[in-house]
Amino acid sequence: MTRDSMIRLEKVSKVFPGAEMPAVADLDLDIGRGELVTLVGPSGCGKTTTLKMINRLIEPSSGTILIDGRDALALAPHELRRSIGYVIQQIGLFPHRTIGQNIATVPELLGWDSSRTEERVTELVEVVGLSKGMLNRYPSELSGGQQQRVGVARALAADPPVLLMDEPFGAVDPIVRKRLQQEFRVLQQRLGKTVVFVTHDVDEAILLGDRMAILNVGGVLEQYDRPEAILAEPANAFVDDFLGGERGLKRLALLTVGEADMRWGPVVDVKDDPEEARKAMSREQVDWVGLVDEGRLLGWVDGTQVDDTPLAELEPRPFLVTLSGESSLRSALDAVVTSHARVAMVVDDGIYKGMLDLEGIAEEITE
Amino acid sequence: MMLAQEATPLIDWEWIGRNMGEIVDRTWQHLSLTAVSVGLGLVISLGLSVVALRWRWTYSPITWVTGLLYTIPSLALFALLVPIVGLNATNAVIALTSYTLLILIRNLVAGIDGVPGPVLEAADGMGYTRRARFWQMEIPLALPVIIAGLRIATVTTVGLVTVTAVLGLGGYGYFILRGLNTFFWTQILVGVTLSVALATVLDVGFVWLQRLLSPWARRTG
Repeated sequence: MTRDSMIRLEKVSKVFPGAEMPAVADLDLDIGRGELVTLVGPSGCGKTTTLKMINRLIEPSSGTILIDGRDALALAPHELRRSIGYVIQQIGLFPHRTIGQNIATVPELLGWDSSRTEERVTELVEVVGLSKGMLNRYPSELSGGQQQRVGVARALAADPPVLLMDEPFGAVDPIVRKRLQQEFRVLQQRLGKTVVFVTHDVDEAILLGDRMAILNVGGVLEQYDRPEAILAEPANAFVDDFLGGERGLKRLALLTVGEADMRWGPVVDVKDDPEEARKAMSREQVDWVGLVDEGRLLGWVDGTQVDDTPLAELEPRPFLVTLSGESSLRSALDAVVTSHARVAMVVDDGIYKGMLDLEGIAEEITE
Repeated sequence: MMLAQEATPLIDWEWIGRNMGEIVDRTWQHLSLTAVSVGLGLVISLGLSVVALRWRWTYSPITWVTGLLYTIPSLALFALLVPIVGLNATNAVIALTSYTLLILIRNLVAGIDGVPGPVLEAADGMGYTRRARFWQMEIPLALPVIIAGLRIATVTTVGLVTVTAVLGLGGYGYFILRGLNTFFWTQILVGVTLSVALATVLDVGFVWLQRLLSPWARRTG
């Protein structure tokens, strides 16, 4: 990697007292600045142990950990931790402190003056999508999803370069989890933190990780690469098995419609002669035609309606599902198989971009 | 006795009026013996709890010894202490304090043990030192349970203070003992009623204090 290293683990091992096998054995891991790396693997693979060795909630038995070039093991643990954001699954908000006080935790430990802290807290509440009105409430008055937003805000409070997250969205319900994941991805792109993210959920690891580290029992690193690369070429049978079925679909989830080759399809402008519409239908061998007006997609009309009437006078029906260039190919596939016409129409800001069909999507998978 | 009861009214209001000064003095005595004993008990219990939490194996011997103290009848304990410290307030405070220990230590340890693990993990992860975590996380979060212990210890102590009348102290117990010796019902009733009232007032005061100090626990507390 040419990218400069933010967190580097060198031959790190952890043997818990009384355990026969090491929890983590001779692990080398290099995490670039601003990179989001997911640690994923079955239970007992040492992913949480690895994470906790970075902020020394667990002391390594041997090896070296460098954070931004500094030896993490040479610092006082509490000093080290104040420069590393930490988010855990059970959130662990302080029940006796208000939301505002919770977020202000690390700035207060660092001795910031109160006006600076207050300013930062107000800023963060908005960053994580909560309202200022919540600052004076107690954690028990918030929903699980809201609490985890506070957890993230608290971890970001002192603007640490590194964020450690231990299954942060594992305890919220699936709908909230999905939203938090998407929001977090956007947030991460904006803030550019170096994030180590532990999860047991392969899909989450694929969705969020710039790279994913797949660990096997005993802290053995099986593969460490970009999710697309791992899905395309699992290093071994363990990785293949761990990724589970539907590898192709999972890859599709990572690719966007904008990256795919789209066709124009049976789509004509309303100002065109109706003959153009008939030609388009016979060329595409379909019995419907899409209509655009100065690039804007109006909808579609049934082939039987196309006679000599000017196209502009027909009443097109809207497409039930349209996609944007940002949509994943997986959602495009879903649109194709659920649409009557077996196509997914791609529209950005109302402007028609093209369409994808099964064949086109299949080509993207095999590429 | 039946005759005596019929001869004098149950409550001699005139006696109460004449003895207001004594009642105020005894109130102060009762209150200060309670406060000093419970306060001292809290300090000692806090120290022993820290030891018990730090070195788990000590918890069982600590509760065993304080439990043993708790079982000694108060009269016997006062008597046992006479050859050592004499017949005085020190004697009373040592005995009364020793009775608070079991309750306070148990509640301190249970309260601190009850602090959720994730809260402690988050506190460690944020960079709290062990000492700061204890005073800023564990103690405030254990407060409802600690105060529950203080309530029991205080009410128990208010009751036991009356027994120190045998040492020439007793707070309201002074009236009870005198009343029993002279079959004077007013004095007994004054002693008992005020003692119960004091216990109630202090108990309610602690409930109020707990609400004030732990507004976050209002719903559960």
